[in-house]
Parts: sequence; C-alpha cells; structure tokens
Amino acid sequence: MSRNPDTSQAEGALQSAETAPVVAFEGVSMRYGREPEVLKDVGFSLPRGSFHFLMGASGSGKSTLLKLIYLAEQASRGRVELFGRDVAQVKPKDRPFLRRRIGVVFQEFRLLEHLSAFDNAALALRVLGQKPTSYRQDVAELLSWVGLSHRMHAMPQALSGGEKQRLAIARAVIHRPDILLADEPTGNVDFAMSLRILRLFSELNRMGATVLIASHDEEMVARSGKPVLHLENGRLTRYEGVSRSGSTPPPAPEAEADEEAGL
Amino acid sequence: MSDTPAAPQLDVKRWWPAPMLPESDGRQLTLLFVLVVLCMLASLSVIGALAAGRAAQGWKAQLVGSATVVVRATDKESADAAAARAAETLAGVKGVTEARALERDKAEALVKPFLGPDPLPPDLPVPRLVAVELDKKAPAGAAALQAALKAAGVDATVDDHSLWTRQIMSAGALADWVATGLFAMIVAAAAALIAFATRQGLATRQELVTVLHLAGATDAFIARQFQARFARMAFFAGFWGGTLAAVGAAALKLYDRGQTIAALLPLEWTDLFAPLPCPFTAALIAAVAARLTAEGALRRMT
Repeated sequence: MSRNPDTSQAEGALQSAETAPVVAFEGVSMRYGREPEVLKDVGFSLPRGSFHFLMGASGSGKSTLLKLIYLAEQASRGRVELFGRDVAQVKPKDRPFLRRRIGVVFQEFRLLEHLSAFDNAALALRVLGQKPTSYRQDVAELLSWVGLSHRMHAMPQALSGGEKQRLAIARAVIHRPDILLADEPTGNVDFAMSLRILRLFSELNRMGATVLIASHDEEMVARSGKPVLHLENGRLTRYEGVSRSGSTPPPAPEAEADEEAGL
Repeated sequence: MSDTPAAPQLDVKRWWPAPMLPESDGRQLTLLFVLVVLCMLASLSVIGALAAGRAAQGWKAQLVGSATVVVRATDKESADAAAARAAETLAGVKGVTEARALERDKAEALVKPFLGPDPLPPDLPVPRLVAVELDKKAPAGAAALQAALKAAGVDATVDDHSLWTRQIMSAGALADWVATGLFAMIVAAAAALIAFATRQGLATRQELVTVLHLAGATDAFIARQFQARFARMAFFAGFWGGTLAAVGAAALKLYDRGQTIAALLPLEWTDLFAPLPCPFTAALIAAVAARLTAEGALRRMT
C-alpha cells in the first residue's frame, strides 16, 4: 500500500498537534434542517491507534456521527476536532487534505459503477495525483489481500455483495489513512466473512490506523473484545473503554485482544 | 475469499486508469453535433472574412489606379478635339502614367441605357471620356488633374473614383466587423453550451462528485476531469467542423467558377487553411468554459 505523500503546505499544516486525539467531540448536536436533533450533546475522543465499535439501533445516529467525522456534514452545535483541529475552522480549500487522512467504508459501498474494481480501488491514490506506474502493483496486492485478485477487471455491477464490501474496504485503506471509518461493514456478509473483514481492520489498526466501526452486530462486537461507544436516540449512553473527557488511556495491546477474539 | 468463477486476469503492468467521467452517452453525441456545426460556422465566417477583405482590396486597387475625365465641347472646340487635348495635357501631369481619349461610340454606349438603342443624332452634344491610368505608387490627385485641365482651358470634370473607393472600403470594413461579430457570437455560444453541459454533467454526476470529494479530491481535480472531457470533445468537433468548412469552401471555388458567390467573395486556395487552428481554438474555449463553470459550481456545492 502506498503512503500518501504529503507535500502541500496546507496538508503539512493539518498534521500539527500529532499528539492530540485523532477525533474529539465536545457537546456535539446535529439536526438536518428543521428536523429533530439526530445527535444530542455527544462528547468523546478517540486516541491515536485505537479501535472502537459504535453501536446503536437503526436511527440512533451512528451514520450521522460518522458523517461528521468524515466531513460530509457539519455539526449544528458543539465542537468536532480532527487531528487536533476544530473542523469548523478548517477552510473549504483545506478540507480535501483533511479528508485524505480518512478512509471510509460506506454502508451502501458507493462504488463508482463506471469504473472497474481495480480503478475503484485505486481511486484515492489517483486523487492524490500519484502516477499509475507507482501504485498499480500496490493496488493489485491489496486486491489480492482482500480476495479479489480474480475480479480486478470486473465492474461493480458484476460483483456479489461480499465482493463489493471487500472492494469498498480496499478503496478505503489503499492510501493508508490515519482513521478508518466503516458503516456496517459486515452488514452484507455471513459471519465467517465478517470475521475475515474484522481481521483486516485489526491488521490495519496494528499498522497504526485509528479504527471506528459502526455496527449493530452485537455478537461480532462482543467477540472482538474492542471498546464500544453506544448511541441511543442520538445520545451517547455508554463509553466502554473510552474517556468522555478525551483523556483516554492508551489502548490495550490490540494484537493480544485480537488473538483472544480469534481475529 | 472468492465466491465467483474466475474471470480474465488483469495485466497489472499494463493497467492504466480509466476516464474518471463515464464514457459518452446520447446527450454527448447531441452536444458533439452542435459543436461541430458551430465550429463549421466559425470557420466559414473566417474564410468569408478573408475573401471579403480580398474583394474590397481588389476593388479599391482598381479604382485607385485610375480616373475618368468627362470632357465637354465648347463654342470654339469640338468634343473630340477637346478630349484629345485633355488627354495630351493629362499625360504630362506628374502621377499619371497614361491618358487616353475614348472614341465617340464608347461614350455613346455609356448613355445608351438612358436614351435607348436607336442611333443618336450626330449633333447631340455627347461628352467625351478620357481614361486616365495613375501611378500606383504616387497617384495624381483629382485636384491636380482638374487644375491642369483648367490651365489648358478644357471644360472637363475629373472623377478619381474617391466616392466609390470610400464606399467600398467602408463596405469592406463592415464585412470585417460582421465576420468578427459572427465569430465572437459563435465563440460565446460554444462557451455557453459547454458551460451548460458542464453544469448538467455535475448535476447528473452528483454521486461521483460526492465520492471524489470524500476521497479527498479538490475542486480543481474534479473540475479538471470536466475540463479534459470537454476540451477533447471540442478538439474533435473543431477538427470536423473546420474540415467541413474547408471542404465546403473548396467545393464552392471549384464548382461556382467565379460566377455568383465567388465573384463577390474571391476565394484563394490558401483560405482553405484558415480552419487549421479551429480544433485548438475550440479545445481552448471549451477547456476554459468547463473549468470556470465547474469550479464555480463546486464552490457553491461545498
């Protein structure tokens, strides 16, 4: 996998405060238009290199919370910090550079239908302006890693649900983001495949990425042994293993936890 | 992890990114057709302007290089004798290369349309004409000719065609302005068309734009995709539009044989190369229009 070559000044500026939590919410509320609040006074922080699940029933605000992190929405109230920077203060022209540090696996995949699996997987590197000759081998290796070596040519329409899921994951991690967000990444696959996908996330987490996975699969979450953020009607009700003040202790050795969980 | 049968393997070493925007569809064919027509019209306006300019210059050269003197008889001298003396006088004026008195029948031919085809009475005082060829580099002016005739005691009027020259030159300038205006309007129409198509493209590719934004693409990166797409299309349209215009002009030159339109617009073979820059100009206009439109629209989106 290629590393994002941060060369621009703007991007360099965004890498300040490396010691700050990767994500920090403080009194964050969110509403769409005049609708009732989807998130209410949410506060938590995710330290660098941590692995968390985000749980809650449908409509509890999980996807909205993720959208605030990957800058698809802006909070109605409160403060959202990414890499130590208040996102409300980030200029529109600098937002792309912040987004490049985030990998997202969307619930509905959002693969580009007119591009092959290989082109979809390479998207983030292409956006970074890297030369195809410098990354095509990396893309091929990653696709092999997620079990799609024989489907590189295929268009998304021709892929099964599980293959789309793995392709979406490959696209999200190809540029080795600092944060990996996944919205119900195991929603379309069987239990065995869920475990394999989780193992992939754990692998990325071991390589330094901060991981936050939205899921309502309690069995899988329990099996993973990872800390959990619980949302209920837009409120954060439980913070297992996460400090609300942002002074979260360093995460437990992930490798050991993974081995225990069979990941 | 595979759950589907094996498919043809991708040759990774030969892989190259596919276009970020989907390949052309029906709407783009319509757009391409309109662009080809606009490029053809723009090329024809340039070819027309070149020919009109050439025609105006040709007419001016003919008129500026000559003058006509109308000589009238007097009580003491017949018209023929006065014309002969006028020609002799004018031939000696600086800036005149030749002065020749025209025969009576040529003068009568000029008044025939007004007096009818019947022979004119021999005593009708038909004025005589003196055709004067002027030095092209330093032509004598009407005043100098008139002064020389007056000094020689010849009752004559000099017409140096300056009235016609002025009218022809203003007609030529008008033709230039019309061609330039037409060209500018076609360019504006093409730019507006590309801007409209870019906005439509952004609207119909909303999901693609969102995914690219979330992948960290800058507005400039996304705008570049539209810029490249429309510049390529305009280059293609410019090539075919320019080619059609050149072929049309060549056909006109070959088959019209200077009888009708070509008599007014004298085409040269070199004029057919005028559309050569058309693909590049069209691509440049499309690139600028698409880039500015896309960046503006994306800025409003974010």
